Amino acid sequence: MKKFEFTITDPQGIHARPAGLLVKEAKKYESTIQVFKGARKGDLKKIFTVMALGVKQGEAVTVQVEGADEETAAAAIEVFLRENF
Amino acid sequence: MLTLKGKSVFAGITIGPLALFHRNTISTASHTVENPEVEVIRFQKARDESIEQLKGLYDKAVQKVGEEQAAVFEVHQMMLEDDDYVDSVEEKIRNGKINAEAAVDQTAQELADMFRHMEDAYMQARAADVLDISRRVEQQLCGGAGIDFSKYDHVIIAADDLAPSETLQLDTDRILGFVTSSGSTNSHTAILARTLGIAAVVNTGNQLHNDVDGLMAIIDGLTGMVYIDPDEDTLSQMRIKQQEEKACKARLEQVRHVPTVTRDGRVIKLFANIGNPGNLPQVLANDAEGIGLFRSEFLYLENSDYPTEEQQFEAYKKTLEVLEGKTAVIRTLDIGADKQVDYFDLAPEVNPAMGMRAIRICLTRPDLFKTQLRALCRASAFGKLAIMFPMIISVAEVRKAKKILEEVQIELDEKAIAYDKDMEVGIMVETPASAVMSDELAKEVDFFSIGSNDLTQYTLAIDRQQTALDAFFDSHHPAVLRLIQQTIENGHKAGIWVGICGELGADLTLTETFLRMGVDELSVSPPAVLPLREKIRSLDLNKA
Repeated sequence: MKKFEFTITDPQGIHARPAGLLVKEAKKYESTIQVFKGARKGDLKKIFTVMALGVKQGEAVTVQVEGADEETAAAAIEVFLRENF
Repeated sequence: MLTLKGKSVFAGITIGPLALFHRNTISTASHTVENPEVEVIRFQKARDESIEQLKGLYDKAVQKVGEEQAAVFEVHQMMLEDDDYVDSVEEKIRNGKINAEAAVDQTAQELADMFRHMEDAYMQARAADVLDISRRVEQQLCGGAGIDFSKYDHVIIAADDLAPSETLQLDTDRILGFVTSSGSTNSHTAILARTLGIAAVVNTGNQLHNDVDGLMAIIDGLTGMVYIDPDEDTLSQMRIKQQEEKACKARLEQVRHVPTVTRDGRVIKLFANIGNPGNLPQVLANDAEGIGLFRSEFLYLENSDYPTEEQQFEAYKKTLEVLEGKTAVIRTLDIGADKQVDYFDLAPEVNPAMGMRAIRICLTRPDLFKTQLRALCRASAFGKLAIMFPMIISVAEVRKAKKILEEVQIELDEKAIAYDKDMEVGIMVETPASAVMSDELAKEVDFFSIGSNDLTQYTLAIDRQQTALDAFFDSHHPAVLRLIQQTIENGHKAGIWVGICGELGADLTLTETFLRMGVDELSVSPPAVLPLREKIRSLDLNKA
């Protein structure tokens, strides 16, 4: 299992379109990818759950990746977050 | 004549025939079915067809309005492909033994409710997207006939609200304007109208019916008014206003990218006031020479807890980067009075305008203040930033605030963190006390910025929100003008610059008065920048 934390710096937070791109990225991988914001968690492959977390600028999320391709998936998601959020 | 008032999203005037936006009625009434699996298959087929449609719409929209706006169709596809959405619909069909239409509608309502209950206004507006995708599926279930968009030609569209996909399927080159009875300024209609520069008024609260179809209508995007079936007088008045508006826009183009200088050569700094980084494009679009008042409250108002130093730093830094070397005067936290934030836990006050607000909160809770000052100092390394303290009434307060700033800077020095050591520090002159004491205060700071709104309200002891007091209110009251003059003179005696950042700064009937008083800077809302520059360039202070 791979785990990392990320703080959103985009002033818009995770809005609809970027949420869509993030989900699209997550769907490329076989591993289960969970995202935690405080006590709440969601499946990073589901757009409604990701949007429902309502992640805003300055808030930290933890991403947890588990599965056969967890190494590549975790690295790719982290890069994607850094570049887009 | 029917007159409506709503929120304007684009300041233009348009006149033309009204067309009520018609949708095909879809029945989503629930009924029991014998074989739910048949309904599940119907749903799956309708969903697949909808996804195909969306792919086509995306490609078309990319051509028409660009990738950014078209992305909504991509997001819609993902929503229809989402497991939660599909599972919810199929579960409802199977468990409730109901028809597909009803299951889709119920799922849509549940998800829309979830969005409506989110804190963020943008996210709340996303309820429209869920309803939009569901309506598409329902339409497929009902036989597929969509809306005939081609019939809307050279008309003002009237609707309750337009779904995101609907706005994008309209041929916007042939739409004169939008009037919607509901919908927020964050709705897709609003966003699109702003992007395309189409006059639009949303949220009129007045549902229009078939009888208005085809009637002449006027949208006045300057005031947010809509006139349906206008009388001759209104029509001719608005035609004149429309012409003036066009002429005015053309004239203002002439003063873009030219210096703000009077005929006799006095250069004035012409800055803009903004409330959050979202307004930065407006600052640039209106050619302001910097930001004279950046209200930092948005960071606190938009948050559910105290914004972190990092969060603030990023926002200030981004602002400076966008400004590319132009000055940004950032006012420190001005919470209290009419701007309340739950997590501050401020005790209720009988008279909040005179209560615990602005610098008073900061000096009472120095930790909070230090977080903001550290973020500001760190950001100052990335451009030209100035700090401004609000609601000052005494020299002692300024010294205390500066002492805290100094502590922050010493800590940064110790950690070898960069900041601008020449950063200017000033105060808002918005209390009568600060104007009266401006001779002494001027020795403590690098600049004054006169906050005319509060200065007027406190000097006249009149609450601006109280319309019943309008008869007593005089925005050009000599007492206020005298305090302004005194502040400018005292500032100049101490060799510091003095600006005005309240509404009076944009009052063109006072521009000459202020310039003769010697004001160095005027900071106004972005749309007021060019008219003010035009005014200043027309003045000759040598002429009596």
